[in-house]
Amino acid sequence: MDNSNTTHLKREVLVRLIRAFLNQEMKDLYKLPFEMRPKNAEVPYRCCIYKERAILRQRAIAGLGFGVENDDEITSLNEYVQKAMHRDKPDEEILTVVETACKGCVPSRVYVTELCQGCVARPCVSTCKFGAIQIKDGKSVIDGEKCKNCGMCMSVCPYSAIVRLKVPCEDACPVGAIAKNEKGHAEIDFDKCISCGACVGACPFAAVHEKSQVIDILKQIKSGKKVVAMVAPAVVGQLPVSVNKIAQALVDCGFSEVFEVAQGADITARTEAEDYRERMEKGDEFMTTSCCAAYNELVDKHIPELKPFRSETRTPMHYTAELVKKKYPDAVTVFIGPCVAKRKEAQKDEYTDFVMNFEEMGALFVAFNIEVANCKDYEFANEASKEGRFFAVTGGVAESVKVALKDFPEFYPTCVNGLNPKSVRDLKNWAKKGQCPEGNLVEIMACEGGCVAGSACLNNKRITTKKITEYANSSKCINDLPEGESEKVSK
Amino acid sequence: MEEAGKILVELCFGTTCFVMGASKLQEIESIIPPQYRKRVEVKAHTCLDLCKNATYMKAPFVKVDGEIISEATVEKVLKAIESKVNG
Ligand code: FES
Repeated sequence: MDNSNTTHLKREVLVRLIRAFLNQEMKDLYKLPFEMRPKNAEVPYRCCIYKERAILRQRAIAGLGFGVENDDEITSLNEYVQKAMHRDKPDEEILTVVETACKGCVPSRVYVTELCQGCVARPCVSTCKFGAIQIKDGKSVIDGEKCKNCGMCMSVCPYSAIVRLKVPCEDACPVGAIAKNEKGHAEIDFDKCISCGACVGACPFAAVHEKSQVIDILKQIKSGKKVVAMVAPAVVGQLPVSVNKIAQALVDCGFSEVFEVAQGADITARTEAEDYRERMEKGDEFMTTSCCAAYNELVDKHIPELKPFRSETRTPMHYTAELVKKKYPDAVTVFIGPCVAKRKEAQKDEYTDFVMNFEEMGALFVAFNIEVANCKDYEFANEASKEGRFFAVTGGVAESVKVALKDFPEFYPTCVNGLNPKSVRDLKNWAKKGQCPEGNLVEIMACEGGCVAGSACLNNKRITTKKITEYANSSKCINDLPEGESEKVSK
Repeated sequence: MEEAGKILVELCFGTTCFVMGASKLQEIESIIPPQYRKRVEVKAHTCLDLCKNATYMKAPFVKVDGEIISEATVEKVLKAIESKVNG
């Protein structure tokens, strides 16, 4: 969802939080809603200044890493600050709905608009199997009690006068994990949620927040520990500068070293190619990739029958973090990426300590007053391949497996480009039948377009895809790079 | 050098502006209505030095013939161009 106003608000809250930390002004954080909406200020978005301040307070709570669901509205922002400053690890659930920001959209339903011409043919009436449409005062009217929301009337109306009113978050969720509660506000069912972040991007009120770990990361840096940044391949093009400058800007913020996760992607590609070869040689029908954290949660929570077909290969984040910890056992590892689901994956990963998204990275640069274009070009200690660097774009993972396989006569790749109710149904079918008619190597990306479409990206996916392609094309082929250090990690 | 008689649109793609939303302005050149296009010159800059200290929250910034637009959006910039063209 491309919404400048909500993006601006979220990021401003983050910048203020980080600045308060850096300037040792966390004790003044209670002022944040009042500073952003001072007395007599304009009220750009909501009914009154008090509502806007209440929303900003809750956005700050999420920025401090807490859920808003349990906020009693009495606990002051400063008390949240105290808890954030003293906690050892971030909250387990990674998303929260800022209830005050949630509009409580009208329930999803099929609705006849005033464009209804009251035509003589009345195909809507005759098509409805449930007898839910009647003519009143010469126009079609839907009986909400009888309507099953099937949408048949919409498809037959010659005037396109019937529409479906959507609740954007519910509509975006591929697994039905977010819905309005009895109070009319969106609520996430964490037993179903696969952390894909679709609701985060879809809500036009920016009511769904990631619980930020940025304070935890800043605490680690401040304590003098060696904190290593691991930048996802999608970082390329997030700002209109080279990836080397972005990496240097991270060092200028206090990270001691920066690794490209593309290096771990090389290990994923080689391992996945081996896994695929073995499976095909023993007669398996198909194998899916395993690098998308939201897809992995989908399989674990909703399609366990797909588990035997999913590669056992670990993700690029995991391998990269393992490389870092092998090199620096005391280091703190921070994955920096566009993806909500990586926060969940990191909680289970033995080598990844924290996750920061690209929005938070951008806010960090702003808070530090860093002009990234003026930074030096950072030199990565290790080289990553063309294929590893292209992982963030749909088709990139399958391509990397193809290249790493070198030669495999019956290689038929296909991509599930985005998780939605239809692709989830397809996956269930393939698992049930034990066959995939589309190919024998199935790459799965929860976000349409790949990681470049993750909910926390700073730049649009068309531009980042172009930048990533250029960067990848200037890199060596995976087969021309020595496996080197990657051999030392546990495949 | 800006061409004589043209309206100069200066987009800031410095870090603060970009993070605060200037990424949405990248394609503005292609959205300028055809009747204005010949009268407009678009330039991209890194930090225009308008974002320091507390003013960062007003980013992204765009200048249209020297006039500063804060919290710039595509709509605001197009409107400013239109009002310049129409004097
Ligand atoms: S980044 Fe735009 S004015 Fe500084």
